Amino acid sequence: MGDHPAEQPAGATGARDERVILDDAAIARALMRIAHEIIERNPDPQALYLVAVPDGGVPLARRLAKNLRQIADLDVPVGILDTTLYRDDLQSRGSRPRLRRTEMPSAVDERVVVLVDDVAFTGRTIRAAMDALIDFGRPKIVQVVALVDRGHRELPIKIDYVGKNIPTSPGDDVQLQGGEDGPLCIVHLPEARRARA
Amino acid sequence: MIGRDLLRIEDLEREEIETILETARHMKEVGERDIKKVPTLRGRTIVNLFFESSTRTLTSFEIAGKRLSADVVNFSPRSSSLSKRESILDTARTIDAMDPDAVVVRHAVAGVPKRIADVLEAPVINAGDGAHAHPTQALLDLFTVQAEKGRIDGLTVAIVGDIAHSRVARSDIAAFQKLGAEVRVAAPPTMIPAEVETLGVKAFTSLREALDGADVVMMLRIQLERFEGALFPSIREYSATFGLDRHKLRYAKDGAIVMHPGPVNRGVELSHDLADHRPSVILDQVRNGVALRMAILYLFAGRKREADRVQREAGPRVGEV
Repeated sequence: MGDHPAEQPAGATGARDERVILDDAAIARALMRIAHEIIERNPDPQALYLVAVPDGGVPLARRLAKNLRQIADLDVPVGILDTTLYRDDLQSRGSRPRLRRTEMPSAVDERVVVLVDDVAFTGRTIRAAMDALIDFGRPKIVQVVALVDRGHRELPIKIDYVGKNIPTSPGDDVQLQGGEDGPLCIVHLPEARRARA
Repeated sequence: MIGRDLLRIEDLEREEIETILETARHMKEVGERDIKKVPTLRGRTIVNLFFESSTRTLTSFEIAGKRLSADVVNFSPRSSSLSKRESILDTARTIDAMDPDAVVVRHAVAGVPKRIADVLEAPVINAGDGAHAHPTQALLDLFTVQAEKGRIDGLTVAIVGDIAHSRVARSDIAAFQKLGAEVRVAAPPTMIPAEVETLGVKAFTSLREALDGADVVMMLRIQLERFEGALFPSIREYSATFGLDRHKLRYAKDGAIVMHPGPVNRGVELSHDLADHRPSVILDQVRNGVALRMAILYLFAGRKREADRVQREAGPRVGEV
């Protein structure tokens, strides 16, 4: 989840006050368009390597890989890269965030690595992901997919492929909901309503 | 995590143990990378304060700290002013004044890590105190069994050897019971503490009976120098009665694994062949020990007394963040 994972557990938000920004069909369309854009922008698609930022990036990266197979007959590897150990806010916290799994099935050297995250926000998760990635080798190019870009960047990070831009306030909660195999949706809970919930 | 310090298994809730084991699983992946280092504890200082000599545990904590990018300082009594009769608590306070983020303590006397924890700002990790507790060993044993068997709950664990004088036995009993395993012990009567059955542990003086149906056989090191002639008649007799070899292992359940906290007295508590080959998992225990201690340092280092209090008042606990 953008920056940083699961600060707001899904159950803690009142379902009535959530607004669905993207439903499963809209997510499917966005991921198909992004798959086409990835092919368009990369002259060497054989070098592509999708690397998901858990938790939200994982089901999205799997769907992107499926789309790439369908439209370009590409077998793109999917890795999972936890960024928690690279976060820049660990010093200031009393207790430690839970770690997620990391599985990098192929070497990243000379690959075009496409990081996949659900929500782009401050940019700090992407910064951490780039540091983590470089510990695995030297990618040729690193690009970023975010299903939703909610703005409020705090670092000079650019998202290469955006599903949808949505205006938010910094205190809002925007998150991907749904399991790896089930339907997905992006919900937006504005701060004002969160306070009431 | 409720406590600031890790002193004994008995202080941990089951969910906290599970958080530690889950964290260790992820730390193990870091140890399998080409670059076995993450920046997590950059700028943090960890002091290994070992009053009792140790190579394995000390090295394990040192590697764990370094893989997390902490600065690790080893402080051992021979090179210290303890020889100038400085008290243990003075030494600990002196180290605390240098502002470490965690102090890992080993001492030959039970209770010393607790006494040190009572006066320090920094969190204290117990790396073994007398015959009292060795929580990180018990946690790495859980971690190893979980990796081998896929679970702890419902397993039968037989601990064989000098139960009465073993901090590993004490911590293992608490740890395995907490996660739902049945624990048995086997030893000559002189090595079984009187109160062991009050812990819900079945005590056997026959190895064969203790092994019957066991999924895990934990062999303990016999401290030859201290006990021969006092607790058992001879090494040869001990080895014949309580030593484990492939033949006797057949009393245990099919697929049972053999563990040992090391170092092994080869040919005494464990046959040469079993010490080196499966189903013994002794080197896996060592490997897992680094990952487990990375998890401990990640979860505990930097949680000073003040920060801890603020956290308890205001914030969520580990695993809920």
